[in-house]
Amino acid sequence: MPVELITGNQAAALAVQRAGVELVAAYPITPQTAIVETLASLHAQGELKGEFVSVESEYAALACCSGAAAAGARVFTATSSHGLAYMHEMIHWCAGARFPIVMAGVNRALGGPWCLDPDQGDSLSQRDTGWLQLYCSSAQEVFDTIIQAYALAEKIMLPCMVIYDGFYISHTYETVDIPDREEVQRFLGPPSFAAQVQPGLPANLHGLSTGETQAKLVRERHRTMKEALAVLKEINARFAAAFNRKYEPVEAYFPGKIKNVVVAAGACADTVRWCLPRLADTGLIRLKALRPFPGEEISLLLEKQKIERIVVVDRNCSTGMGGILAQELKAALYPLNSPPAVYDLILAGGIDFTPQMLQRLLAQREPHRGFAEIWGVDLL
Amino acid sequence: MNSKINFIQPEYLHSGHYACPGCGAALAVRYLARALGPDLVVVITASCWSIIAGMPPLSALKCPILHCPFPSAGAVGSGLRRGLDLRGKHSTTVLVLAGDGGTFDIGLQALSGAAQRNENFIFVCYDNEAYMNTGIQTSSATPFGAHTTTAPYPLFKKGAKKDIMHIMAAHGIPYAATATVAFPGDLEQKFRRARQIEGFRFIHILSPCPPGWGADSADTVELSRLAVETGFFPLMEIFEGGAPVLTYRPEKRVPLEQYLKLQRRFRPLELQQIETLQQGVDEEWERLLKAAGPV
Repeated sequence: MPVELITGNQAAALAVQRAGVELVAAYPITPQTAIVETLASLHAQGELKGEFVSVESEYAALACCSGAAAAGARVFTATSSHGLAYMHEMIHWCAGARFPIVMAGVNRALGGPWCLDPDQGDSLSQRDTGWLQLYCSSAQEVFDTIIQAYALAEKIMLPCMVIYDGFYISHTYETVDIPDREEVQRFLGPPSFAAQVQPGLPANLHGLSTGETQAKLVRERHRTMKEALAVLKEINARFAAAFNRKYEPVEAYFPGKIKNVVVAAGACADTVRWCLPRLADTGLIRLKALRPFPGEEISLLLEKQKIERIVVVDRNCSTGMGGILAQELKAALYPLNSPPAVYDLILAGGIDFTPQMLQRLLAQREPHRGFAEIWGVDLL
Repeated sequence: MNSKINFIQPEYLHSGHYACPGCGAALAVRYLARALGPDLVVVITASCWSIIAGMPPLSALKCPILHCPFPSAGAVGSGLRRGLDLRGKHSTTVLVLAGDGGTFDIGLQALSGAAQRNENFIFVCYDNEAYMNTGIQTSSATPFGAHTTTAPYPLFKKGAKKDIMHIMAAHGIPYAATATVAFPGDLEQKFRRARQIEGFRFIHILSPCPPGWGADSADTVELSRLAVETGFFPLMEIFEGGAPVLTYRPEKRVPLEQYLKLQRRFRPLELQQIETLQQGVDEEWERLLKAAGPV
């Protein structure tokens, strides 16, 4: 299988081409733009079949995808930051309508003021919409996850965001193993979900419902999403057998006996992984799936260790509450008898996460008890 | 003009739909569905028709309906058309149904995008001249002088109704037309013509709204007829953004006051306001005749 030196965005585009996507709706926004540019170029060369629609907004991109998905097509779009925020209404609608759309979300801060750095607040603002959210920490993982996302979304009929950090992953060149289209097609197959809109078959799709009907639909969606962890694990195993690369919804790197655990998602997790051999008594929990939230898995991982403190790397901040991953993590600590101290390292604004920050934090002899909020910008 | 209508055609609108008595929008869809036939799918954006269509699993139409959020109609129609084409369903007609809010205001961006890309579907604006589903709020399609719940007496709608036909014609789309329910033959003929044309087609239907206009529900067709006879709503077709072709020319235009006095939304209307409105219609009519050229 050919190994190429490409960026995360190029890896995303190649995955879309290999997945046999039938409709791409494209609208530019930094740092996502190179994905749709690469797809346009593949389309121009005849390597990306089907429809390539240059729409007039991100909102239209997702709306266009929803229409084609209603006809049973495999669709893709990509966005970042303001584009993702602008899509918000359609994001809810697509989950409620059970369209198995896959979208790449390349993290970037939201204004004002304008900022291009990879704050995760854009995708985390869409956490509660009913989309699956998978966070990637390398270009290879971006490629692999997009392929897996189609398998997952079409199996459970929920849309999926494949999310990665702007610039650190989107624009950084890495070696990526790119299987050819036939291999990917053997794994994925053509879209097999039923078209909702079938000419000649009257139906009133997504029309007015009562609160009670809505409650049942939300419950069904919620349960399906929770069960998606098991489905994702099956897909991971099947993917590993086909391509020899293994992922988990939540990944633990515990080098021997540890006292500290760093919890991170996306590119920051890769920085932590690099640091592990240079740190004493420290492990990593990488959150790949944020929706569905693998809370039980995290509790089980922590229960077995005598952890004194957890450092959560939050490249985001929910104003008035704090880091969002830390909030989520706290839910997973609830079942523990003596929960460890939690340091929430907030890197809002998408500022760089450095090994030095982690070293300085972990060097503190007397850990805070309970919960401490640390601003990365003070450690620069 | 062919105003004959065959009432022994198949119907695609069920009785028992959720429209108010005398609803122009329900009549409009009844007629246009007859013209488009059974191989039809309808995209409905937030509007009265979100309700008229009924509560699933019931449906007011004998064809698939795909509901979509308010600003999205043009883009959802684009995606659905292309998705159906990907599955080889080229002969299916895609119709996007929007009210004046979903066309003139919140839907304008997606409408313009789809028109500019010359997407292959029919976009219908059933224009009842305000946000009627939410209870009569001003839209940019509300005519000068009308009262709404966001322009209650002594306020009234200031500024003229947005000229949507001009805007759509400027996109150079293959086909744009106006129609209204008092002329069902004309309406159906326009939809039959639209069905034969490839690319983006826009049809603007004036749809009287008895509760929103403060009119008797028995007067829907009369109001629709007077809108045309006064020149307030000319019936026309525009091909490829070219000169408008009038499909009906009143022998002698009826004074606008006759149209206005059947509607409480224009009351109390000062003489000066009637004159302003009449003058606007006269100027627009002259401009239209000049653009259309001799018969």
